[in-house]
Amino acid sequence: MGSRRPVHPYIPNSVPAVKEEMLREIGVASADELYAQMIPERLRLRRRMELPEPLPAELDLRRHVEGILSKDRTCSDYLSFLGGGCWQHFVPEVCDEIIGRSEFLTAYAGGPYSDLGRFQAVFEFQSMICELVGMEVSGTPTYDWGSAAGNAVRMASRITGRREVLVPRNISPARLSIISNFCNPTTTGDGIFVKQVDYDPEKAILDLGDLEAKISDRTACVYFESPSYLGVIETQGAEISRIAHDNGAESVVGVDPISLGILAPPSDYGADIVCGEAQPLGVHMHAGGGLSGFIASRDEERYVGEYPLRLISVTDTAKEGEYGFGQCRYERTSYIAREKAKDWVGTTTALWAIAAAVYMSLMGPEGMREVGESMIQRSHYAAKRLSEIESVRVPFDGFFKEFPVNFAGRTVAEVNHGLLEHKIFGGKDISAEFPELGQSSLYCVTEAHKQSDLDRLASTLREVLA
Amino acid sequence: MTGEVKLRRYHAPVWNEPVILELGRRGERGVLLPEVEEGIRRSVGPAEGLLPANVRRRSSPELPELSQAQVLRHYLRLSQQTLGMELDVDLGVGTCTMKYSPKVNERLAAMVADIHPDQPEETIQGLLEVVWRFGHVFLREISGMDEFSFQPPGGSAAAFNNACMMRKYHELNGEAAQRNEIITTIFSHPCDAACPATAGYKVVTLYPDEETGLPDVEALKAAVSEHTAGLFITNPEDTGIFNPEVDEWTRIVHEAGGLCAYDQANANAILGVTRAREAGFDMCFFNLHKTFSSPHGSSGPGCGAVGVTEELAELLPVPVVVKEGERYHLDYDRPNSIGKVRDFHGNLPSVVRAYAWAMSMGADGLREVAEISAINSSYLETKLKRIRGVTKPYKDGRRVDQIRYSLARMKEETGVGVDDVNRRVVDYGVQTYFTSHHPWIVPEPFTPEPCETYSKADIDYWAEVLRQVSEEAYSEAEKVKTAPHNSSISRINSAPFDDPEKWAMSWRAYKRKRRQGK
Repeated sequence: MGSRRPVHPYIPNSVPAVKEEMLREIGVASADELYAQMIPERLRLRRRMELPEPLPAELDLRRHVEGILSKDRTCSDYLSFLGGGCWQHFVPEVCDEIIGRSEFLTAYAGGPYSDLGRFQAVFEFQSMICELVGMEVSGTPTYDWGSAAGNAVRMASRITGRREVLVPRNISPARLSIISNFCNPTTTGDGIFVKQVDYDPEKAILDLGDLEAKISDRTACVYFESPSYLGVIETQGAEISRIAHDNGAESVVGVDPISLGILAPPSDYGADIVCGEAQPLGVHMHAGGGLSGFIASRDEERYVGEYPLRLISVTDTAKEGEYGFGQCRYERTSYIAREKAKDWVGTTTALWAIAAAVYMSLMGPEGMREVGESMIQRSHYAAKRLSEIESVRVPFDGFFKEFPVNFAGRTVAEVNHGLLEHKIFGGKDISAEFPELGQSSLYCVTEAHKQSDLDRLASTLREVLA
Repeated sequence: MTGEVKLRRYHAPVWNEPVILELGRRGERGVLLPEVEEGIRRSVGPAEGLLPANVRRRSSPELPELSQAQVLRHYLRLSQQTLGMELDVDLGVGTCTMKYSPKVNERLAAMVADIHPDQPEETIQGLLEVVWRFGHVFLREISGMDEFSFQPPGGSAAAFNNACMMRKYHELNGEAAQRNEIITTIFSHPCDAACPATAGYKVVTLYPDEETGLPDVEALKAAVSEHTAGLFITNPEDTGIFNPEVDEWTRIVHEAGGLCAYDQANANAILGVTRAREAGFDMCFFNLHKTFSSPHGSSGPGCGAVGVTEELAELLPVPVVVKEGERYHLDYDRPNSIGKVRDFHGNLPSVVRAYAWAMSMGADGLREVAEISAINSSYLETKLKRIRGVTKPYKDGRRVDQIRYSLARMKEETGVGVDDVNRRVVDYGVQTYFTSHHPWIVPEPFTPEPCETYSKADIDYWAEVLRQVSEEAYSEAEKVKTAPHNSSISRINSAPFDDPEKWAMSWRAYKRKRRQGK
């Protein structure tokens, strides 16, 4: 085997003469002989793999893959109102420029003497997230909001030594499933129990009566969100945190950080740990690949010691006026402590954290305020226009960028199908997720929607429902 | 090319760049948004009116205020102060497979940048086709597994996913409470211990025989019991040693009623050579950001592609991409699924890149990738074993994709250890190498992995850097101990990292502590 194969541009030593020279140096006649010295015969595949004919020429490859992917329609081709955990926001060109830089794109595990800039960029991400949420500690990003929430409630459980967490019933079912997998409530004796607290059916905020009924001295934390999955801003944050604290529990708050130019930071209403999703901050949706979670807390040892994440700390160096960076309490992590670690840490989403750092730097305080204002005005305008349509109802007020829309007498599937024919992606169908809301669809409106887009939605919907 | 390798005169960029929160002036703007149209403003009134007073932000976040060119410049400088992988010979980072990420694949992956994961299936048939083909055509043949998920967004996330599936499997059999232990080896990746532990398992870790570097089969036999939920094992292990009895291991664990999960994060040198199926595994995962060329992204986003046998397919996280006739479908209707470990479908652009890479290779190309990786590693060994102070612990047999070496002898003879050398190699323009996961069973360890990306000349250069630093260690040890000398910064004061009074994970914490004189 081997000598017939063409030289591949990604494999410099596939040049037969080089390969042979190296084999000679090693002292074996062939790669097969080399493998025979490593892996027993019975475990070696004794045939050529059956795979499609390769396309080693770049031009052929490009035509092939572009041919498949060009069948797709994207949210730039169609007008989209999908959100529900991944949102179409404006991504400034500079964000893409920076994360497309070879150095950031391809770096991985180098230390601060070789990859200083990567450490500093992530430290700046942590710093600016802390400014938005009103905390002093954050770390490298998590995989997404769900895993950030999963880590956060586990932190709370370790801090309090308690094994029950309360979450709102109007949480995203996908996020709840992730949290449940993190908490392992069902099987072994040492799992963490996830209990759901009702939401107020009128206002879609947390039902404090139900919270009071369910909280106890077994509760590690109350986890709640603002805005929630159903889009509504939680107005009782201080009250919820107080109830949590009165019962010796932690207050853990999930946020959409793009709201924090206009919404109070969770620290204002008593949060102990904050988590959320960074994708709105300068990252494309990437078919869901753009998600990136974060965790933040106060700068207290009992919190810092429980983070599973890498925590980048600034320090000084041997030279005056120079910043160095490194990892705080690294022995917490699974790289050192294995099964005794705080959960686990791995390759998460650092590139998106760098994009988010660039985004927050570009936006500044004014930009963050404007983007929040723009969204809340546009979403409320859209809701108003849609409610004017007969048989359409927007059940909740007090939302930020997302809101359920209820259709009487029609299924969301039918409505969305109708909209699709007009090149519109209607809101996410949440009828199965929240049967109590009837045939409902979660609409997302951002700063990227023009008034004309919203008017077009309203008029098309009118047509589809007619 | 043969003959003398000439080391480069190198110096990293020194920008002495401030933290961005120190830059700019009040009122500067980096980017503007479209004005809210008058029609909207008239209709809904000012934003303030839409917000209850008690949820409004009272004071602005203290973000920097900079113009666009200044933001760009700052982050360009930070990128320049990052060596990354493409600018240098980055073959020192074992367990990470620092291979070239083809540029054309970036263009292809960008085609899905503006897709929302909940778009109607009929509008993303192309993407679903790529995902399905990569799983059912490529990974099926490479691993011998039957069904696949790309939801886990990294290698450790895949190990966690597999622990959740194992938990669910025993739960469905009514044995979840009884089977509460998993078995791993100390030279398996730490995630193989940490992720099952997070999923609620007790972890039994087997240690290697001092001669072979591998745990003994008898140790495994003693470890299994009616409490065994399963096995999580990396093979080849971190040492680069392939466990030749791995099929016997899976047989023993199966006999005890457990499942076997194969950590194939680094499968680069065994593509088309040996497979999870024949080794008797029930599930496995591949890191698409390692073996399959998706870029590492400064540490993610990645993808831990999970493969399972048909029997376990029902446990996979939802949705699973299935093919029905000529249509691709996202199947959520899987009642025994573990649910979700990550929102939506995971990181699909990574799958697009992996598919493109695998398509450019084909069966012979993938096998060539494996062979060259194995040859490169053995070739590097011929160079490194001539370097003073370098030893290869455990039996003198072949290793597969990487080799764990030791500088214990150098440390003993010169006082220069593996961390010193790692700071010094940077001065010659190569990325720091991977030492070892913890605990350091091998003292003063380092673990290069010269995958197929690196030419013979690259390997010669890297070996020459190590030879040079070894020479320095034996002749002018101080120079190595005080390294780096050509980096963007000088020696870091690491004391604050473990000192609550001094550590600072944000600029605001740093400012406060500095103000308080800490």
